[in-house]
Amino acid sequence: MSKQYETVIGLEVHVELATRTKIFCSCSTEFGGAPNTHTCPVCTGMPGSLPVLNRQVVEYAAAVGLATNCTINQYCKFDRKNYFYPDNPQNYQISQLYEPICRNGYVEIDTPSGPKKIGIHEIHMEEDAGKLIHDEWEDCSLVDFNRSGVPLIEIVSEPDMRNADEVIAYLDKLRLIIQYLGASDCKLQEGSMRADVNLSVREAGSSKLGTRTEMKNLNSFKAIARAIEGERERQIELLEMGKAVVQETRRWDDNKEASHAMRSKEDAQDYRYFPEPDLPPVVISDEWLQEIRARQPELRSEKLIRYKKEFDIPDYDAQIITGSKKLADLFEATTAICKKPKKVSNWLMVETMHLMKEHGMEPEDLRFSPENLAALIDLTDAGTINSSVAKDVFEKVFLENVDPERYVDEHGLKMVSNEGELRSVIEQVMAANPQSVEDYRSGKEKAMGFLVGQTMRAMKGKANPAMVNQILKELL
Amino acid sequence: MSLMSLTALELGKKIRERETSAVEAAREALDQIKKVDKTLNCFVTVDEEQALHRAEEVQKKIEAGELTGPLAGVPAAVKDNLCTEGLRTTCSSRMLEHFVPSYTAEAVRNLENAGAVVIGKSNMDEFAMGSTTETSYFGPTRNPWNPEHVPGGSSGGSCAAVAAEECSFALGSDTGGSIRQPSAFCGVTGLKPTYGTVSRYGLIAYGSSLDQIGPIGKDAADCAAVLEAIASYDRKDSTSMKRDSYDFLSALDGSAEGLRIGIPRDYFGDGLNGEVKERILEAAKALESKGAVLEEFDLSLVEYAIPAYYVIASAEASSNLARFDGVKYGYRTREYEGLHNMYKKSRSEGFGPEVKRRIMLGSFVLSSGYYDAYYLKALKTKALIKRAFDRAFEKYDMILGPAAPTTAPKLGESLGDPLSMYLGDIYTVSVNLAGLPGITVPCGTDGRGLPIGMQLIGDCFQERKILRAAHAYEQTRAYSRCPMAAKQA
Repeated sequence: MSKQYETVIGLEVHVELATRTKIFCSCSTEFGGAPNTHTCPVCTGMPGSLPVLNRQVVEYAAAVGLATNCTINQYCKFDRKNYFYPDNPQNYQISQLYEPICRNGYVEIDTPSGPKKIGIHEIHMEEDAGKLIHDEWEDCSLVDFNRSGVPLIEIVSEPDMRNADEVIAYLDKLRLIIQYLGASDCKLQEGSMRADVNLSVREAGSSKLGTRTEMKNLNSFKAIARAIEGERERQIELLEMGKAVVQETRRWDDNKEASHAMRSKEDAQDYRYFPEPDLPPVVISDEWLQEIRARQPELRSEKLIRYKKEFDIPDYDAQIITGSKKLADLFEATTAICKKPKKVSNWLMVETMHLMKEHGMEPEDLRFSPENLAALIDLTDAGTINSSVAKDVFEKVFLENVDPERYVDEHGLKMVSNEGELRSVIEQVMAANPQSVEDYRSGKEKAMGFLVGQTMRAMKGKANPAMVNQILKELL
Repeated sequence: MSLMSLTALELGKKIRERETSAVEAAREALDQIKKVDKTLNCFVTVDEEQALHRAEEVQKKIEAGELTGPLAGVPAAVKDNLCTEGLRTTCSSRMLEHFVPSYTAEAVRNLENAGAVVIGKSNMDEFAMGSTTETSYFGPTRNPWNPEHVPGGSSGGSCAAVAAEECSFALGSDTGGSIRQPSAFCGVTGLKPTYGTVSRYGLIAYGSSLDQIGPIGKDAADCAAVLEAIASYDRKDSTSMKRDSYDFLSALDGSAEGLRIGIPRDYFGDGLNGEVKERILEAAKALESKGAVLEEFDLSLVEYAIPAYYVIASAEASSNLARFDGVKYGYRTREYEGLHNMYKKSRSEGFGPEVKRRIMLGSFVLSSGYYDAYYLKALKTKALIKRAFDRAFEKYDMILGPAAPTTAPKLGESLGDPLSMYLGDIYTVSVNLAGLPGITVPCGTDGRGLPIGMQLIGDCFQERKILRAAHAYEQTRAYSRCPMAAKQA
């Protein structure tokens, strides 16, 4: 490669909003119902049916807009995007083209050369389509309209990103903001967050944008990173060979680590957008906007500062814990009960992380309650159980959310600190292991550890370790 | 005397006073349908059994004192673009020939709550596109005044059924004159309410920003009573409006005292048939005799209404009718290869030529590169037309004019030249563009005995005023029955 190239990337991110009901009717958005059970005349496009806008969708969209420094369009409108496809019951999608709800925002990401602003061109509200299921056996396709009308927002960035790391940082930032707002769970794998990558390359130093392609079907951060690398190389190769990049939509195949063209600009459809006549403009009054603003929860950057100040936990821990809304919620709720932030942080940072990794879980999958973690911490602190028992009990809490006090009681796991009892067990251990006793006395310090271990074993792990050490030393 | 020669209010009173019953009224309506509908073809579907069953239920409720309203027990026809649960709703199209809705339109539900008995679904131009009721897949409706002539459209079935006394009143829909023009052609009274007054939920959309459901009856009082029954604020229709009052009947005091009526010169120019002009100016004089003050003025922009209307209505129609694709309901072609072939064949075979013409026109004006030149310009024109009306209503309580430039044309005369058919909508479409209420009242006949209608246009929410004026005018001349109905009775 003789020339230096710069990659220019913009993102279109679709986020499924966590409303209880659909955007234009009162059907449930719940996932996993039997096909076509969460449907009505509106979301199946029956003749004569009319859409009614769900206020919660406006509030979530505006909340995301406010959190991403957008200007809120207080007089926004819906438009119809016309195209024929069987998963689209009306053969038009109600979306926003001319007057989207949010415009001109940005989020800040961290890059090796310092913080960088990624511009947000607009955020608009729209409805999701149904799902097509191809029946190979009958050689026909079936439509499930349960997803039809589930609310989405589309966040369109400016072409401000230059590499995969920036894209991932931007997506991570969006994901966190939206999770913190409670507007969506933003799971890439499950499709509640979907990103299309618009990418072009140009010679370094050029101010003119190259021809871009749009990459679809990116289901994980890893796939996004690989697709960006692959598409960058493909485009540079074309340019080096003196060929032109064709403006087209491409589909990424993560198994093959390659993409193929889906449709070019020439066969791009004319969506014949026009204002949706069934919905009046959405007027967001100053009062309503103020209400939405007032309800904005504390976002990550604010939490990070507060954690370090209020709870005095290390920056590293605060970063990890606030990196997930779920972890942050757990941390705060548990701390509120037991008032021991550092211990809570330790349990989350060490044992929780360890078990999550072991079970291949995400923070969102955590099911134990703050009450039970707090109780476990209290049991340990009070000396009711020793630390090795605590780890075992925590695993039970982690997996089954058991009540630790009851569990310790039922399984007789309380720490034994009765000196007489300990002394007699240790004497038995010493009697059974004369060689080790001899070794210690002749200066082999290691033998001490062995004897402690044997004592613990005899006590089924429940012995007070400090007292065992003390008595052993005394007897030796 | 036939019960069906009575107005809806007169019949309702007789039923309430036990002089007759809902069942007898339904039977008479059904008998009249049997006698005349082979000739007129006002109905696409008549469900005799269900209608009689419903009449019996209503009668029981009347006797139990549960239904006391003025329309309880009165037989009605409903235009076939209003969804009726369990009763097929075709829009007079092959596309929906066997379509049975799973729910009932809000306006029809309101009507049923008032105790009216729906006896059938009336014929119309396919998907309400047309001015003659000749584009129906189920054959044209004929004008009861002269079956060689069309009844007008698109609510031709509803208007002809009222004139021929096959029902006491009917519901129609009006996107560009589809209640007012056929009412004029059939010698009945039809009201298009202010946009947003009657819920559109369950009305199979043609031009969503223009469509409005309204009553068709023998006189203004019937229209007022039916409007009271069907008008409501409906959360299911986001364009529905909460009105301060739903009382219309009490406006009818027999007088036009104090009403200032503007007569636009633009509406009485060269395009207007001489006899029509004469009858309407006579009617205006009659209103003057009832106390109204008349004044001529220039409305302006009249010539822009038709192009603006056809651009907007067709654009919305092209999108509204996209859902009829053979996938979920309605007509699907028998043989096809793949999805796109299925779409093409189903829609080519399921829609008639006028519907296809408007879908193509609408798709064209929304296409990229043409949107600004056509659709946006039409929206701007719409806003200017509204402003011209606003100016007029600063001076006048209402505007008086014709409903159509001629009386009803003969069958087969109109469809060959769609452009001149579109031009026939000149006096009606601007009312829809501006969202205003309008009423047509019969005001005599031409030399061939075909009815002429006078149109009164009010400002938004001023239905009371135009109903009052229409009623005052009715005091100066008796309702004339069409010869066919008069002969039958």
